[in-house]
Amino acid sequence: MAVAPQTTVAPQPISDAIIRVRDITVEFGTTRVLDGLNLDVKRGEILGFVGPSGAGKSVLTRTIIGLVPKVAGHIEVFGVDLDKADTRQRRAVERRWGILFQQGALFSSLTVRQNIQFPVREYLNVSQRLLDEIMVAKLVMVGLKPEVADRFPSELSGGMIKRVALARALALDPELVFLDEPTSGLDPIGAGDFDELVRTLQRTLGLTVFMVTHDLDSLYTACDRIAVLGNGKIIAAGSIADMKASQHPWLRQYFNGKRARAVVS
Amino acid sequence: MNGDPTLERIAQGNGLALCAAGPWTAPFASLLEAIVSDAEKLAGSRPNIFIDVSQISRLDTFGAWLIERLRRSLTQGAAEAKIAGLSPNYATLVDEVRRVKTAPPDERPAVTITGMLAQVGRSVVNVSETFIGLIDMLGAVLAAAGRVFLRPRDFRLTSTVHHLEQVCWRAVPIIVLITFLIGCIISQQGIFHFRRFGADIFVVDMLGVLVLREIGVLLVAIMVAGRSGSAYTAELGSMKMREEIDALRTMGFDPIEVLILPRLLALVIAMPILAFLGAMAALYGGGLVAWLYGGVDPEAFLLRLRDAISIDHFIVGIIKAPVMAAVIGIVACVEGLAVQGSAESLGAHTTASVVKGIFFVIVMDGVFAIFFAAIGI
Repeated sequence: MAVAPQTTVAPQPISDAIIRVRDITVEFGTTRVLDGLNLDVKRGEILGFVGPSGAGKSVLTRTIIGLVPKVAGHIEVFGVDLDKADTRQRRAVERRWGILFQQGALFSSLTVRQNIQFPVREYLNVSQRLLDEIMVAKLVMVGLKPEVADRFPSELSGGMIKRVALARALALDPELVFLDEPTSGLDPIGAGDFDELVRTLQRTLGLTVFMVTHDLDSLYTACDRIAVLGNGKIIAAGSIADMKASQHPWLRQYFNGKRARAVVS
Repeated sequence: MNGDPTLERIAQGNGLALCAAGPWTAPFASLLEAIVSDAEKLAGSRPNIFIDVSQISRLDTFGAWLIERLRRSLTQGAAEAKIAGLSPNYATLVDEVRRVKTAPPDERPAVTITGMLAQVGRSVVNVSETFIGLIDMLGAVLAAAGRVFLRPRDFRLTSTVHHLEQVCWRAVPIIVLITFLIGCIISQQGIFHFRRFGADIFVVDMLGVLVLREIGVLLVAIMVAGRSGSAYTAELGSMKMREEIDALRTMGFDPIEVLILPRLLALVIAMPILAFLGAMAALYGGGLVAWLYGGVDPEAFLLRLRDAISIDHFIVGIIKAPVMAAVIGIVACVEGLAVQGSAESLGAHTTASVVKGIFFVIVMDGVFAIFFAAIGI
């Protein structure tokens, strides 16, 4: 479905980078994981973030959202410098992003319904009726039936956990979502559906998506732009065609290897 | 267009236009809900109502759903409310929320008297299940112990020693400190009251009998239930939650043999040691207070102690220790394996482990008291 660019009402005011990462250095003990890394994420795009296992993809995500302390550098999200922001500004930023953790991180003692409603209930003063309706709307959006609402996370399959976690990440209609390996552990069909879902949501809600992934299919079908992490830096960023044209050894192996050819053909 | 969302009503002939404007987004959800609930009352007032959304500056799921909800409430019979001026940007979003069909099901069952009675009944039935569970575990542990006895190579010495360090060696400071203080308190209270009869010296009898027969081992058992029983439940419970126990089983290992037997054995070895140390610390504390506060010098204290207590008192106390350890350990392991998927369940079972552990320790103590009275020790 094509979206007409800039009709009478724009979904988002178009501006440049929604996340601006400058010279980020992160160390664990004496090992330097990120070394003066720079990265921009543009508004409205789906950025795929790849790199070898253990290169620090999740570390960068966690540094941006403030779970891992950094040694140097600064991070701006929505134009707010997170180091200089006071608690209220930080809250305001946190309200505008949603995060899908690798394992879902659903609250195990709450039902699906309560998990999705939790952020809404905390931040917005709305009736139980609207809470329930929004919860069902989110479940429908992520492709689940409303019947799962009263199940506990331990009663869900892996794919359902990811979907519920995505529904929770989207509960407050954020402008930016972080997805940490959203398709890992899903079967290829489920993973394909998930990519399609992310794409659809990005179109309907005008989301910006920061997606850490290992999944070549996701990179091909869902991502607008790809950034590659290596040696603590971004070694390449651009479209899939740029990646395939790159001469970097790891990139050549990754995008022109046996599995990549299988995906393309 | 100022900051807040609005919904203006404009009459057009026999129809009515509801003009939505401003940001219809999540931060304004409570305001939007009030506006929409108000507008829903217009249903049926005019034959022809439509909702004009062309002036909306921003729309998200909240706004889209509330507009859809308004459309549905205004649609009555043949008079269908329409949405006009929808930009293609938002058409997909509105289509998406249109798929929300049924009213969501009720959250929790209502609280009824029958429901409460049923809950009581279920709890009573669960009591018998607790006993069956404990006996079940005892049997499984004995069977595993038998197997290990026949094939000593399967015995997990490293694991047992590791747990012994956790539940015995590391528990020594706190156990000694607490029993020492209790000894001091018993001695001080005894002297305070006995002095009125000039019977200061009998505080030694009381201290010796009480500490060696009852208080020492009971106190240590309660400490161990709180300290090590809870740890066992939490460890096994989180292993259960992460399917580690299932993983062990599929690799052909018996979780009872690998996880529970070493833990139980460590506890059964640790308890008599801790009970002995605890009793000594209590006697020392009691003696110290008797000397400093009651003026009973150490020599007199020891002489009196030798007269007052026999080895029987000590044996009666110490023989209870391994039995209590086994009870605490079995309760802790049963509770640990009963943990379900949620963090709440882990908390509930850890609590249950400590509460039941202490309860059974006291019950066992009573049973022992009756038994020793019957055989005349």
